[in-house]
Amino acid sequence: MTGGLPVLSLITWAPFVGALLIMFTARHRPQAVRLIAAITTGVSAVLALWLYVAYDRQAAGFQFYEKLPLVPPLGINYEVAVDGMSLLMVLLTAIIIFAGVFASWTVASRSQEFYALLLALVTGVFGVFVSLDLFVLFLFYELAVLPMYLLIGIWGSTGEVRPRGIFAWAYRETGVGTKEYAAMKLTLYLLFGSAFILVGIFALYTSSGIGSFSFLDLEGVAFDRGLQRWVFLAFYVGFGILAGIWPLHTWSPDGHASAPTAVSMLHAGVLMKLGAYGVVRVGMGLLPAGAADLAWLVGVIACINIVYGALSAMAQTDLKYVIAYSSVSHMGIVMLGAATLTEAGLNGSVFQMFAHGVMTGLCFALVGLVYEKAHSREIGKMGGFGRVMPGIATAFTIAGLSSLGLPATAGFVAELLTFMGAWRSLHPWWLLPAVAGTFLTAIYVLRVIKQIFWGPPSPHFAHLEDARGPEWVALVILVAVIILFGLVPGLALGPVDTATVPLVARIVAP
Amino acid sequence: MPTALALTVLGLPFASFAAIALVRPLRRAGRVAGWVSIGAIACAFLAALVVWRSPQGAEALWGWIPADEEPMVTVGVLVDELSGAMLVLVTLVSLLVQVYSLAYLEDEAPPSLGRYYAYQSLFAFSMLGLVLAPTFVQMFVFWELVGLCSYLLIGYWYDRPSAARAAVKAFWITKLGDVGFILGIVLLWAATGTFEFSALFEMARTGQIPLAGLSLTMFLIYLGAVGKSAQFPLHVWLPDAMEGPTPVSALIHAATMVTAGVFMVTRTMPLFELVPGVLTLIVWVGAFTALLAATMACVEADIKRVLAYSTASQLGYMMAAAGAGASAAAFFHLGTHGVFKALLFLAAGAVIHAVGTNDIFRMGGLFRILPRTATVFLIGTLALAGVWPFAGFFSKEAVLAGVLHGHLPGAFVMLALTAFLTAFYMFRVVFIAFFGRPHDVHVHPHEAPPLMAVPLWILAGLTIGIGLRFVVHPAEGEHGPGWLVPLSLGLAGAGFVLAWATYQVRIVSAAALAAMFGPIDYLARRRYGLDALYAGLYRAFILSFSRLVGWVDRYIVDGVLNVLSAWTLRGGDVLRRMQSGQPQDYVYGVAFGVLLLFVWAQFWR
Repeated sequence: MTGGLPVLSLITWAPFVGALLIMFTARHRPQAVRLIAAITTGVSAVLALWLYVAYDRQAAGFQFYEKLPLVPPLGINYEVAVDGMSLLMVLLTAIIIFAGVFASWTVASRSQEFYALLLALVTGVFGVFVSLDLFVLFLFYELAVLPMYLLIGIWGSTGEVRPRGIFAWAYRETGVGTKEYAAMKLTLYLLFGSAFILVGIFALYTSSGIGSFSFLDLEGVAFDRGLQRWVFLAFYVGFGILAGIWPLHTWSPDGHASAPTAVSMLHAGVLMKLGAYGVVRVGMGLLPAGAADLAWLVGVIACINIVYGALSAMAQTDLKYVIAYSSVSHMGIVMLGAATLTEAGLNGSVFQMFAHGVMTGLCFALVGLVYEKAHSREIGKMGGFGRVMPGIATAFTIAGLSSLGLPATAGFVAELLTFMGAWRSLHPWWLLPAVAGTFLTAIYVLRVIKQIFWGPPSPHFAHLEDARGPEWVALVILVAVIILFGLVPGLALGPVDTATVPLVARIVAP
Repeated sequence: MPTALALTVLGLPFASFAAIALVRPLRRAGRVAGWVSIGAIACAFLAALVVWRSPQGAEALWGWIPADEEPMVTVGVLVDELSGAMLVLVTLVSLLVQVYSLAYLEDEAPPSLGRYYAYQSLFAFSMLGLVLAPTFVQMFVFWELVGLCSYLLIGYWYDRPSAARAAVKAFWITKLGDVGFILGIVLLWAATGTFEFSALFEMARTGQIPLAGLSLTMFLIYLGAVGKSAQFPLHVWLPDAMEGPTPVSALIHAATMVTAGVFMVTRTMPLFELVPGVLTLIVWVGAFTALLAATMACVEADIKRVLAYSTASQLGYMMAAAGAGASAAAFFHLGTHGVFKALLFLAAGAVIHAVGTNDIFRMGGLFRILPRTATVFLIGTLALAGVWPFAGFFSKEAVLAGVLHGHLPGAFVMLALTAFLTAFYMFRVVFIAFFGRPHDVHVHPHEAPPLMAVPLWILAGLTIGIGLRFVVHPAEGEHGPGWLVPLSLGLAGAGFVLAWATYQVRIVSAAALAAMFGPIDYLARRRYGLDALYAGLYRAFILSFSRLVGWVDRYIVDGVLNVLSAWTLRGGDVLRRMQSGQPQDYVYGVAFGVLLLFVWAQFWR
């Protein structure tokens, strides 16, 4: 299995090579830039698909193992492998970035730097999902976070926030609503989180006494329960910020609303999963007792996320903010599933990471298209778009239905499993906010669809066009994935289950 | 063999949906897409007939959501008498409605027509999947999918604001019931460890299902049926759903989807039987819905809305029968009602098509102008009013007998009163629209074209045929006491006479009649204030609460942070001034520091 091609390294570094090629060979040739981006992410996508097919479900566990010593005296190695959970995340990343390249086909200004940064960032994301060495994982994590600052600050868009109330002075001073503000806020929040992660990693490194950063080595160490609790908390806060946990979520709406299309897709679609993945893989995987002790906190915050996010989404008038807050709500489902510490719940959690990644990627791609054509993000100013852009309307409806958990889309399977896990967990009442969240989601999603796409067509927007050429590639891929995984959830859950069952077993044991 | 055939029935509409949805030229061709869809559903109908006639039942299950040991969730097909009969009903009405729609929607642009037939095929597939479901999860999956189709088809003319509102309202209200449904399913799974009907029934038979909390679980599951089958207090979406094209109302909002709730209760009766309290509730809610909806039908002027209220009312009948333990009677009424209500809707559609209005007071004298359409409408009316020997007579009698047998005299009285009102409001429509004075010079109303007329005659023939079959071979099973038949016929006759006296010969003044029932008339015209109540609750709670949360998020959760960062910025601005670049400032600073150190060393050490 491990012999032959270093598949994981190829998947991880192909976009980085693409970034270098773009920087050095494609100066002022936007067509070449796009081509290189499409090819290198295409390589990752094809390999990720192959990886998914070739993964041996019977053997389970970590496969496609590669190891390269980096700093042997400190026990730092480049050590990568995938199990059923990270396999799905790699696939998700590959799909989203491949679609993202096509969705931002029309980025005009400085497309060279834009794509180079985007691709470098993707390498960071892949790296986090495949790394087994915590130190290297942290490096990749930072690589995934930092380019975001430039991507939002330079190519972002400025929303319309009119500060009111007693804090208006503070809002004017910090520049709320501008893309610079959003970029700064997002970066500071995430760096604040990564400080916690770093502390957690070093705490484990020093207290284990085995001089290794490897996940596989640390997994075998039984840490003291008190230590586990504190380190789990550090990981939960650190990674959780990226997963949008309440009340540290406010970077997400501002950031996602200001970011350019491909960046929003990637960030809401994949990077937020990085946070949830970190909590599950590193937090729960290494600190089962700590996770068991603090599951109540994770679950309660997740319930708040679900309901609060949905209600906030309903209150927004800016389309991108609606989608961004819906991510806050849906990440609550992810964290709730994880907090149940049951097989069904964890499967639901991982499945929701995947499902939400694809549907929110699709949503942001569509919002990008609508914005590009109508030059507005204000829901109240739109109406009757279904007549002029039926393709976009259909895709948006499918994404919306998946988001409200309609069966036959991926969203339903994730929610059903999470509900099942919630009722079987130690806190059955978690089921209620989770179910209430789906009803609230139905309200705001259908309201938005009705407002934007239904109703009498306005002559003001009669000239708008439907999606074109490369944009269709993105939409078709994402819609197909949502429906395929909704109809045949076994595609994803087969491998995922092999990873979550041992995890649950370890957590219940102490 | 039956499973393979059942899968064929299920697969054909899906194939036609996939073809129409994915092949763009086919979709944009409009009528061709229609014929593809009709061809698929016709074949499915033939296969369904074979499944129905085949004697043995069958069940097949496959894993759907995998888990460590055995699949966590399974799907499959369950063929028995119940699903066989439903298959025939669903495919038959779908087929007739799809044929009818070709003529009814002939003025639509081809791409819109293609979209319509894609939805129709998807609906047929979803409804068939619901009927064949052997597990709760599969039933829920298709349950939601038929809801989706209903939403899409109500909003078929999506650029009409009223249609858009009605579609969204239908989805929200039924979703509210579905929230209960999914909660109930999960709770039942947690108690028993399975979603499969056969396993659950076996456990119910052997008493292995823990009874603690089962009432709540079954009540939650029943909530799903309350939403879908338009039971009080979630019936408010059904009249608004009439914004969709009339064939859609005939198929989805009369014959098939709205009966899904009754079907579900009938299907899972072994579980409901464990909780008599919930069953009694089902009877009372059903009877109350029947009566309430009937009163609203009496004051409605829109012909489709009269039929919609009548549907809610008849669904109340079915639910009451199911709750009273007469699930065979409930299912019988489901079938006959499906046929004659589809007939009524399609006939109403032909009338609307001909005169261009829904308002019965702007019709009048149509019997002379549209004799054939009027005849089939009259056949449907007689069946709905429960007149011998039409199909509705037998099923209504079975329902009344069942409720009486269940020792629920109060519910029986409500249903009997409903029978009277049913005859009254239906003949009110007949007299006003078909017999009264012609209202004004219509734009030359014309009889329905053959594509519309043939489905009407087939349904009319069935309505009579089913009735005649029961005249020749009376149904076995329960019959009410001897006075039941005269009573129900008498009530229907009284309703007819009152309608005739009021709207035909006008001995009784309609205004005086309304004045006699002043408060009820007032409330019924305002839909008992339920719509206003829901709208108020939605605004007062959900919308304003969401605004509050949105405000808190922006100005408190985020505000604290922005104030902190603004202070940081200001603080930095102040501190920056210390870096003045003037040497003497720095010397002062150093001197001041030394002084402080000196003071500290002298006095605090």
